[in-house]
Amino acid sequence: MYILLQQLVNGLILGSIYGLIAIGYTMVYGIIGMINFAHGEIYMISAYLFAIFLALAIMFGVHSLPVALLITLVFTVIITGLYGFVVERVAYRPLRGSSRLAPLISAIGMSLVLQNYVQIAQGARDQALPPLYTGVFRFGSAEEFVQITHIQLIIILVTVVSMVALNLLINHTSLGRACRATQQDRTMANLLGINTDRVISLVFVIGAAMASVAGMLITFNFGSFNYFIGFVAGIKAFTAAVLGGIGSIPGAMLGGIILGLSESMFAGLVNTDYKDVFAFALLVSVLVFRPTGILGRPEVEKI
Amino acid sequence: MNAFKKLLGIALGAALVFGMLQGAASAQIKIGIAGPITGPYAKFGEQLTRGGTAAAEAINKAGGIMGKKIEIVPGDDACDPKQARAVANKMVNDGVYAVAGHFCSSSTIPASEVYDEANILQITPASTNPMVTDRGLPAVFRVCGRDDQQGDVAGDYITKHFKGKKVAVIHDKDTYGQGLADATKSRLNKNGMKEVLYEGVTRGDKDFNSLVTKMKGLGVGVIYFGGLHTEAGLIARQSWEQGLKAVFISGDGIVTDEFPNIAGPATEGVLMSFGADPRNLPQAASAVKAFRAAGYEPEAYTLYAYTAIQVIADALKANNLSKDGRKLAAYLKAHSFDTVMGKKEFDGKGDLKVSDYVMYRWTKGKDGKFNYAEIEM
Repeated sequence: MYILLQQLVNGLILGSIYGLIAIGYTMVYGIIGMINFAHGEIYMISAYLFAIFLALAIMFGVHSLPVALLITLVFTVIITGLYGFVVERVAYRPLRGSSRLAPLISAIGMSLVLQNYVQIAQGARDQALPPLYTGVFRFGSAEEFVQITHIQLIIILVTVVSMVALNLLINHTSLGRACRATQQDRTMANLLGINTDRVISLVFVIGAAMASVAGMLITFNFGSFNYFIGFVAGIKAFTAAVLGGIGSIPGAMLGGIILGLSESMFAGLVNTDYKDVFAFALLVSVLVFRPTGILGRPEVEKI
Repeated sequence: MNAFKKLLGIALGAALVFGMLQGAASAQIKIGIAGPITGPYAKFGEQLTRGGTAAAEAINKAGGIMGKKIEIVPGDDACDPKQARAVANKMVNDGVYAVAGHFCSSSTIPASEVYDEANILQITPASTNPMVTDRGLPAVFRVCGRDDQQGDVAGDYITKHFKGKKVAVIHDKDTYGQGLADATKSRLNKNGMKEVLYEGVTRGDKDFNSLVTKMKGLGVGVIYFGGLHTEAGLIARQSWEQGLKAVFISGDGIVTDEFPNIAGPATEGVLMSFGADPRNLPQAASAVKAFRAAGYEPEAYTLYAYTAIQVIADALKANNLSKDGRKLAAYLKAHSFDTVMGKKEFDGKGDLKVSDYVMYRWTKGKDGKFNYAEIEM
């Protein structure tokens, strides 16, 4: 019984990780209708930045861990946001007017550029953080328990809070209204006085900030990272976003949870060898019956 | 302007001729070293490159092979079979006399087909999968042991010390990892122990918590992992985090100081099988001192690569710098070689006649850093 509960918890944690990164994919698709393949690499860069700034903070004599983490958080989010902004300006904005395919290829190219840049600058091997904080909640007896570490609980909470906050932002603020207007009809929004360029840049920066929070939490949780984690995480998170309905922020969270749970439960109950096969088979079957994903809105052609 | 152009033309022409003359005059002996120089396993590629290059430098300093200097040609296969083939083709086209490589068995095997077609001698310092030499290619050798030997040692150790415990055998679905896990599993089964779990994880995955929880549910007391340090470290660490009290045992894939980096405190008490540490041999003393003086600790496969280059150099010298792989192979099988790892002899298949796998344990030393030390069988 405890083991089953633990597998459910594992699935929730994994699902939150996918959901946190998927939010970035879904936001960008929602606003300009393109998949930002470089998003996974932004997440990877934030992992490296986190480790670097944390090491710097400790080197400069900050002895208290929460303070060091706070300083690191601030710097990582700012610099990663900057990366997101620059990527949009360099790789996507110049291709705004061209075919659907051009920004997609540009995104893949950007992703390769970032991967190789980090690989050359920081080396190809795995880097690791020692376990800095090992607080854990255990429910049950000393022999049989369900556990969730403090960090893992924070990941779940942060994902939920981000989803709620972003939903509030999109649906109840004037900035959110500008985002939705840009999403519905960019030309009209421009004519009505909304600076769509600024809105799009802002969405990219918010997406990058979400990725940086994900990068920090996940690196802190697992301890090791390398230049390739962006690709692996990106594929899974993109799958989660599509599963839940691309363009919908609650969809990203839902897709993430479903993907994480199905992977964990399959690995726990059947075997680990084919868990990815099962997860992707699930994606295919959902798309067959609901091509826009679970919470996705079908694209309406306005005549 | 005209005079200037003429002068430039003469200068360029002279440079070209000079360059060509230079090329013709050097005529060095090219020996390839192939391994994962980039990628997640770059640490091992570094061991191979450093070991082999140090051997070449030492031989060159002593006069080279029949007066000619060795030139090391590095090849990067990133432990990927497709890239390994490409590297092998490039080495053959570059005109290498022999190759010390590759590292991953999944790279050595496809590359060996290329070398065999071109009749080039290949000595792998580290590929332990039995298939490397079992296929009967005449000029493929190794200066390390085989996974069936490694599996036997690990299986016997588990049977002797962990008789009543439940064993989980995990692998990373790769040629080396799964081969090693299978070898250990068959030894365990032959000794009468049956594993409670046999599963494969995907290389590149970070989250193994579901696997760990499953092992907890089964009451696993021993985890045997066939694979490399990146996944091994994460599984060990996540087992420790979830409070799974099981001994973690692996093979030569975790012999690197990167393993304790990734596994953290879970490293304490981890066991692994590996060849007897060559650094303690008297024949290796001067080479080890030279490495340490240059600031590099020659761990794991460094001295194996050194040995491979030594064997190649000896064979080339005795056969008048012939590139004929089969001729050199026949020489290797008929003679013994004095190397930094002692006297080495090869059997008819290309394996070492004597192979020495022992068990090691990782513990934290007084300086706070993790290191491995040999333990009794």
